[in-house]
Order: sequence, then structure tokens, then C-alpha cells
Amino acid sequence: MITELGHFALILAFVVAVVQMVVPMVGAAQRWPGWMAVAEPAAMIQFILTLFSFGALMWAFVVSDFSLQLVVMNSHSLKPLIYKISGTWGNHEGSMLLWVLIVTLFGAMAAAFGGNLPPTLKARVLAVQSSIAVAFFAFILWTSNPFTRLAVPPFDGQDLNPLLQDPGLAFHPPFLYLGYVGLSMAYSFAVAALIEGRVDAAWARWVRPWTLAAWVFLTIGIALGSWWAYYELGWGGFWFWDPVENASFMPWLLAGALLHSAIVVEKREALKSWTILLAILAFGFSLIGTFIVRSGVLTSVHAFANDPERGVFILMILAFFTGGALTLYAARARLLEAKGVFGIVSRESALVVNNVLLAVSAMVVFVGTMWPLVAEMAFDRKLSVGPPFFNMAFTPFMVLLGLALPIGALLPWKRGKLGRAVHSLRFVAVLAVALGALAWAMQTGRSALGPVGLALGSWVVFGALVDLWSRTGRGETGSRIARLARLPGADWGKTVAHAGLGVTIFAVAGLTAWQQEDIRVAQVGEPFDVGGYRLTLEDVNRVQGPNYMSTMGTVRLQKAGRTLAMLNPEKRMYPVANMPTTEAAIDYRFLRDVYVVIGDPQEGGGWVMRTYIKPFVNWIWGGSLLMALGGLLSLTDRRFRVAAGARRSVNATGLPAE
Amino acid sequence: MRWLLLILALLAGPALAVQPDEVLDDPVLEDRAREISKGLRCLVCRNESIDESNASLARDLRLLVRERLVAGDSDTQVVDYVVDRYGEYVLLQPTVRGANWLLWAAGPAMLILALILAWMFLRGRDSAAGAESQGLSDEEQARLDKILKG
Repeated sequence: MITELGHFALILAFVVAVVQMVVPMVGAAQRWPGWMAVAEPAAMIQFILTLFSFGALMWAFVVSDFSLQLVVMNSHSLKPLIYKISGTWGNHEGSMLLWVLIVTLFGAMAAAFGGNLPPTLKARVLAVQSSIAVAFFAFILWTSNPFTRLAVPPFDGQDLNPLLQDPGLAFHPPFLYLGYVGLSMAYSFAVAALIEGRVDAAWARWVRPWTLAAWVFLTIGIALGSWWAYYELGWGGFWFWDPVENASFMPWLLAGALLHSAIVVEKREALKSWTILLAILAFGFSLIGTFIVRSGVLTSVHAFANDPERGVFILMILAFFTGGALTLYAARARLLEAKGVFGIVSRESALVVNNVLLAVSAMVVFVGTMWPLVAEMAFDRKLSVGPPFFNMAFTPFMVLLGLALPIGALLPWKRGKLGRAVHSLRFVAVLAVALGALAWAMQTGRSALGPVGLALGSWVVFGALVDLWSRTGRGETGSRIARLARLPGADWGKTVAHAGLGVTIFAVAGLTAWQQEDIRVAQVGEPFDVGGYRLTLEDVNRVQGPNYMSTMGTVRLQKAGRTLAMLNPEKRMYPVANMPTTEAAIDYRFLRDVYVVIGDPQEGGGWVMRTYIKPFVNWIWGGSLLMALGGLLSLTDRRFRVAAGARRSVNATGLPAE
Repeated sequence: MRWLLLILALLAGPALAVQPDEVLDDPVLEDRAREISKGLRCLVCRNESIDESNASLARDLRLLVRERLVAGDSDTQVVDYVVDRYGEYVLLQPTVRGANWLLWAAGPAMLILALILAWMFLRGRDSAAGAESQGLSDEEQARLDKILKG
């Protein structure tokens, strides 16, 4: 019964979305207030209906309703409750429902908190947002209906892919989707502004918090996914340049560019048409990402929906929204007249450099991801583009970005002096080079990667601190420290996010350069040494889990005779899905992780063991969290809430922080 | 408990990536083998190198690489040997041959193009700025400095 109601609510939401797409758009064109006013309640109703539908599906998963095909395919009665819940979006149909739920959520938020938007702009934004929802409702109802019943329900389900039964991955998709789909808001604002033919500082002030929120969610989602890969896939990699990872990385890079260029529109009324284009592209790349994941056109670990019909449908959605918006852009962009003027050496120019580097690097990732497809279709060559290519082609952009960032952040608006910015960074430069040299002297190998990464990372981190300090103005140190606490959220956000980028840059280089690996047959009770640590495999046991069987080793980790930890690496077998997984045991520490994996028993006795010492690995995600935190701090800035010409607050912080 | 062991034996999962019995005695040679393995794709896997993969085909390839190295091949000879047998699909780093130069040139070309466009745009803004105001004169600057210091 609940399932049918959920199905019905979904169809009803589709109908409401069609109304919300058409009526307010006509109303805005004809200046009919009644028609425009339809948008607001429609957005709310649409969201509530979709939420109910999603809740109904989740309920079916929680009570293991095996008359639903989707539940049979992706759940099992023995599965822990949390994975029954996360199973709702751990499959194609459910994840598309989550996607459209978030589209309607953002629409409802814009309706609720957009009180002081000009009525025509608001009606058009909500209509455009609803058109996206219409496309995805249709996609779900016609090609991937989650509410399909089975005539003869089986006794039990076929279980969720064991790799997905993990806390890190349970929450990875919702965050990623909040980010992906959050960019739809920037897209809707961009298209609405093109229809209106007007972009001003107030517009940028409305768009920026939405983009910032989407970027924060995307950052957290990508970090969660990377962390999951690190501890779950069994060899401690954190980034594989897999097509699906790239699919989330490209929108992240473009959203990063967009939220910087929107600053220029807001403060200086320049770069308007470029910002609009970026907003269209950022969401376009979210759609491309959805296409890549959902169509399985590029083989990858994640493509669990290998279905051409669905692929073609999403390709059509992609073509319509990107193509339509770009056509509109070509026709109307001339109307967006730039006002602000500035010198070659200025904050504006620095942000243009930021945009060039981020946008071009996103395009490099795009070309690399699509190249195997192009080569096969156009040149009849079957080839691979893997991590070595991306590491070589992408890294230079991040190095340039890191080098330019502290200088650009210190330049004043309108017209600056390069010499002055460089002068205030002289100590940072000396410190960065000194740290790099120190690392060079201390390390044993000849690789320059670690020292260069340390120098670049500390240049960015300390550069961000100097930037924050410079915001306190002049005067005595005491009063400047007092002023530090009163700086606006945006200043703190900028510093924290930039420092986070520096931390991540250093961590990636440091880990790659300094990690150690050991592969051996370990005899029970016989200790062995890896990189200053002593490990002993003390015991191996068979353990029965709730829905799996496990071979669990007990490993004592010692340093200088002192026991640091007892580690339990596992090899699990999920009989229902007939799939083995490795569960690495990790001793997490601030400066390094010790990562232990157990393998097969050997004929002559003993077990295969792989041990990794991973220095600074947690700093990768620590840096990502700092970036996300910086975004959140920036969102708290009250200047977002006091929009230009506002009667009351725009309330950008009304965005959910979960 | 016996049935459990039996099932475990029957279902025994694939082996982990590089196995201890594959590792060469000569550490220099082994390092070279690892480096080469990282650049070769496991053909039956999804986007994994043979160095990371658990598949038995990847193990065969790893052993092959090591065999060639022990036989005295150079790194490029080993890679060519594998490519001859499995095609260029096996290479994770695409070659620069044929149309692939487009792929390799795309990044630098787009960067240069973007920088030229950005420069033209910035020049336009700058000359517009020049027409509007010339900034502070030396005299004004001196006065400003005095005020700020005082």
C-alpha cells in the first residue's frame, strides 16, 4: 500500500513539476502576478511529494518488502539496518530518485528563502529548476521505475554489493548529489538571468551562496569517496582517475572557478558573461557525470547500470539543457554589459588566472576521460588513458595554481602593485624553500617530489595566513590580534579554504614520495620489521559476521619494544553476493598510517601479508575538510544575508549543513 | 565448523595483487618490474594496473614482465614485448603516435589559448581603466602615506 502511494506521489510530483515549469514562465513573460505566484507553492508541493515517494521506497527497504523488484535485487533480510537504509540509494533507480529529490529540495529552498528576489526572476528561476525536475521525473518513470512490483516475491533478496556495505560509502552518494544537483541552482539562476537579460551585483550575491554550498557538499562527497577507496579497496590508493571519479572532479573544478568569478561579478560587476557560461558548464558537467555513471559508456567499477536505453535518455537530457542554455547564451550574452574596469595587476586579473587554470584543468580531465571513446570511434584504436597520463597532464596546473594563489590573494581590487604583494610574502617564500631543503636533506631517496610538495604546500598555507594577517590592517600587534576575531566570515573562509588546498597538495606529494611497502609470507608468531615498526602475526581465526564469513588475522604493531596497537585485517566472503572483500586494518595516526592487509594461506605455512607505511595520508582528507570548512565559514558571512536592496535577509545560511 | 572451512576453500577469493613468490631477489630489478607494472593495464579488470589487480591474468603478466627483465630486456623492450602481444590497450599511458598527439597537446594548447584570450580581455579592461582614472599622482601618494603613518 505504502509502495503504491509512493509511486502515485512520484507521478503527482511529475505533474506538479510540469505545471511549475510552464505557468510561472508564461506569467513572468506576461507580467501576470497570479501566474508567477504559482511557482512558490508548487515548488513546496513538488518537494513534499518527492520526499514522500523517497520515504516510501526507503520504508520498503527497511522492512525488506521483497515484492519490490528493486529491494530483491539490492537487499537482504540479514543486512544491518544502516545498509538497508543506504541500499535505497545504492542502486540505479533509487539513486536517481535521490537525485530528483535533491533537485526539488533546492527548488523548495529557493522558494522559501528567495523572498526578496525580484518576482519575475524568482518565477523564472523556479520554472527552470522545475524543468530539470521534469526531465528526471520522466527519466525515472519511463526507464527506471523503482516501484516495479514482482508477481511472485522471493523469500529473500540478492544482497547489496558488499563493497557498498560500508559507512563511508553509505553517505558518499547523498553528499555528492547535494553537490552535483546544487549546481542546478546556479544553472537555473544563469538561464533565468539570460531570459531577463540582466546580471548585476545583486544577482551574483544570490548565486554565490548556492554555488558555495554545492561546492562544499561536492568537496565532502569526493573526500568521502576517496577515503572509502583508501581503506576498502585493499591497497591504500586514494585517487585512481577512474572515469566516475573524474565525473565528480570536473564539476568540482568548475564550481571552484565559478565561485571565484562570481566574486568578481558581485564586487566589481565584471566577468558577467563568463560567469554565466561557467554556471551553465558546471551543471552541464554534472549532467555529463550522471551520463558517464548511469550509461556505463566508459567501463568503470561504478557503472552498475549498463543500459543503453537509459544512456540515450540522459544524453538527450544533457543535450537539451546544455545545448539549450548555450544557444540562449549565444543569443543573449551581448546584453550583459560589463561595468567594472581594472588594471592588469589587480585582484580581478588574479581571479581570471584562477579561472583559466581551473577551467583548463577541468577540460584536460575531460579530454583524457573521453579520449578512449573518441579514439575508438574516430580512429578505430582501442586504447587506455590511465593515471600516468592524468598525473602528468593535470599536476602542472595545480602547481601553477599553488604558486599563483598567495600572490593573487594579496593583490588589491582595481589596481595593485605586484612588488608589494611579493614583498609581504618574502618570509613565506624563504620558509617554504627552507622546509623543502630540510626535507631534501632528511630523506633517503633522490626524488624531488616530496621536498617540492612540502615547499609548495607551505607556500600556500603560510601565504593564506599572511593574507589573513594583512586583513587586520595596521597598528600594534595586540590590536591587530583583537581585530582578527572580528574579521568577516568570508575572510576566515578564504584563509581556511586556501590553507586546506595547501595541506592537500603537500599530503598528496608527501604520501606519493615517502610511502613504504612490504610484501611477504608471514609465519604466525615470527616478527618482521617494516620502516622502523615491528609487526607480528599472532593468530588467524575464522569469524562469522552477520551476512559474511571472515578470515581475521591478529597483528601486533610495535615500535621500539612498545606495543602501539593490535590490528585485525580481514578477508571477508559474502556468500549471497558470492563476493570476497579485503578489510584492511589501519593504525591511524596524525603523521602516518600503518596499513595491514592479510592474504591467502601458503602451502608451506604462513600467510601472505602486505604492510604499508603511509605518511601524511590523513592530511589529504584533513585538507579537503578544511576546504569544506572554509566554504561553510564563508557562507556564515552576514553580507550574504543582507543582499543589495533587501527588505529582509536573503538567508543564505538557511541551506542545510548536514 | 568443517563445512565452513570447506566453503571457504571452495570460494577462496582471488589472491592479492603482487604475491611474495613473484618478487625478484634483485631489488633493483624488482623496482623496475613494479614501475613497468604500474603502467600496464589489467585487461580483464576495470581501470586497474596489473600491479594493483587481483586477477590471475594480471599475475601472468606480472610474471611475464619479470621473466623478460631477468632475461636482460630493457624497460622499453619489455613494454614493447607486451604491447606486441596485447595491443596498445594495455598501456595506461597512451603513446604520442598517430592521433594521440591531439590528446597530449590538448592541455598546453588550451592553456595557451585561454591565456591569450584572458590577456586580450584584461588589456581591454586596463585601457578602459586608463581612460577613467590614472590612479594617484606622486604627490597624492605621498600625502596618503603620511596620513596612514600618522
